[in-house]
Parts: sequence; structure tokens; C-alpha cells
Amino acid sequence: MASNGLIASVLKKRAKQLQIEWLRDLSATATAASRGRMGADELEQQALQFLQLLAAATEAKHADNLGAAQDKALREFLEALSRSRVQQGFSSAETAVFIFSFKRPLFQALRAEAGADADALASEIWAATELLDALGMHTVSAFQRAREELISRQQEEMLELSTPVVKLWDGILAVPMIGTLDSARTQVVMESLLQKIVETGSEIAIIDITGVPTVDTLVAQHLLKTVTALRLMGAECIISGIRPQIAQTIVHLGVDLQGVVTKANLADALAVALKRTGHTISR
Amino acid sequence: MERIPILRMGELLLVTIQVDMHDQLAMQLQEDLTVAIARHGAKGVLIDISSLEMVDSFIGRMISDISGMGRILDATTVVVGMQPAVAITLVELGLSLPGIATALNVERGMALLRKTV
Repeated sequence: MASNGLIASVLKKRAKQLQIEWLRDLSATATAASRGRMGADELEQQALQFLQLLAAATEAKHADNLGAAQDKALREFLEALSRSRVQQGFSSAETAVFIFSFKRPLFQALRAEAGADADALASEIWAATELLDALGMHTVSAFQRAREELISRQQEEMLELSTPVVKLWDGILAVPMIGTLDSARTQVVMESLLQKIVETGSEIAIIDITGVPTVDTLVAQHLLKTVTALRLMGAECIISGIRPQIAQTIVHLGVDLQGVVTKANLADALAVALKRTGHTISR
Repeated sequence: MERIPILRMGELLLVTIQVDMHDQLAMQLQEDLTVAIARHGAKGVLIDISSLEMVDSFIGRMISDISGMGRILDATTVVVGMQPAVAITLVELGLSLPGIATALNVERGMALLRKTV
């Protein structure tokens, strides 16, 4: 049976030597770009902490080498490490190298310890490989998770950022839409616009689609839904910023925009809105 | 049995829905309102649904029906104060309530009614 006894004792006995060799390997593999993102002190600190945690984990569960990889403190440390690597802009390979580069110093130390006993050495090296691979995999999957969290958070922020409802005049709201319209975004726009209508008691809303690159049947349908919802609440809606190409597309697609006031630009829409609310502009 | 009160203001009738609508209540309101329009000879009906937070297709249909019945009895119907969530739900249900006059709140609804009546 492959016991972790030797690994644990090597980690304890040769801690200093392992640390020195590992750090040398780590700085050799580090690229110029990764050095700029992270100081040598920080790397050394992390390496030291990993060694301590690994030693503690293997010692506590040396009967079972995969059990050591399940150690809670060790796993949490690796997750935190992955997260910080994500924030510093490392790639997943660069993050994994941190664990895998520990193999060489550990194997060397094991060889020195086992001496001539080839059988014991082979089984110990297998055990060490299994252990480090498990830890490396965990690091990479934690890295992946942290990345995905980052992406979904950014997506949400973009959704919020890209749909501001602005007040143009007393009783006139405008939504300048920028970027592609999909169901999720239209939903957000619709909800925030309707909410704002209730809050401000505005009677007219202008949806400006100058920044929308293309309009297809789905987008047109979303727009019509928003217009209908606004009408149900007792507000009027004007769609502005329709570019010539979009006008052509809408007609070619056979989308019926009748009953919806449309204008070529925001200025025209504002003029109509001011007229309807009873304002007059004079120079 | 609970009923939704119908208030008379001159030529206009005012209905404020303050409770959650269920089907029975909706049917009752339809009945009461048509009778009231005919009896008082009302020219306009204002339905305030600002407290209504949930609708289903039945209630949506009912709102549409009441408005249609009012029109036949020669009374303009204005629905006021629809909540955003209700508006979105009705649109998603495909009930765009064509031909129904709407307003943001009671005040504006009244102004609209006075103009049309």
C-alpha cells in the first residue's frame, strides 16, 4: 500500500531545502510578464504557506494520500490563491504551474530519502504525483470558477450600465439604447422605464435606438411590447433614432409599427413630446 | 359577500379596486357596473387599478370586457394607475387591450374623461 509516511516525513525534514529549490524553479518558470504582476515576496509567502499546509495535511492523514488533497485548510488556501491569480490577470496554465512545479523538488527529495529501495521510491513517487495532481486540478477548477464569477458579474454590470433612463423635461423620459437588444436587456429596459414612469409621473417616454446596430423581427417585437406596456400604464411612447437602413429592414421584414410614433432623431422626438405636453419653445 | 364599491360623481362613475381580484369578484363587478351605468346614465367610467398587483388572463379579459360593455352603453371607460408588473404581465399574455383609454393616475384619468365626455 502506498503510504504517505515518507512524503510527510520528507516535507517535514527537508522543508527548508524543498522551499529553496521550489522557489528557484518557480522564478525560472515565471515569465517576464507574470513577474511584473506579482512581487517575488508574495510568491515566496504563498510557497511557504502552501508547504506548511501540505505538511500539516499529509501528517494528519498519512494513511491516505488522496485524503490529504481533501484537507479543508489546504483547499481553501488554493481557492484563495486562484482568486488572487484571476485578479492579477494570470492564465490558468500559469496558475497550475505553481503546483506542478513543486513535483521536481519533491521527487528529488523523495529519491534522496528512499535511497536504493526502488520499489518504495516508485510507490512514493506515484503517491506524490496523485496528491499534487489532485491539488493542481482543484486549483485550476477554482481558477475557472473565479473567472466565471467575474464574467457573470461584469455581464450584470453591463446590463445595468447600458440602460439608463434619463429625464429630458418635466414629464418626458428618454432611454438611449446602445448595443444589441436581446430579451434580457429589453426586459431590464422595460422594467426600469415603467418603474421610472410611476416614480416621476411622466406621460411621454422616448426610446432612442440610434445606438442599436441591427433590428430584426425579435427586436421589433420587444420594442412593440415595451410600447404596449407603456400604453397600458397610460403613458405614450415615441421611438426615435431610426436610421435609413433600419427603416428599410423594418419594412422588408413586414413588421407593423403602426400606432407607434417614430422619428428619425431624438430632437424631433423631443419637439413632438414638448408639443404634446403643452410646452412651447421660443427663441 | 364582498363587493367592489361603485361611486357616482355626477355623470361619471368611479371604481377603485382595493383588494385582490378573484374571478367571482370580477364577474360581480361586471354585473354591478353595467347596471349602474344604465341606471345613472353615466357618460364616463374611471377604473383605478393602482392597488392591483397581480393579474391573470381572466382579469385581463374582464378589464377589456368592462370597457367594451361601457362603450356599448355609451360610457367612455378609462383604466388608470396600472402597475408596471401588471402591464408587463398583460403584454406577455398577449392582452394589449386595444381601444381602451389609459392614464397614469386618477387625476389625469379624470382630466381625460372630462375632455371626452
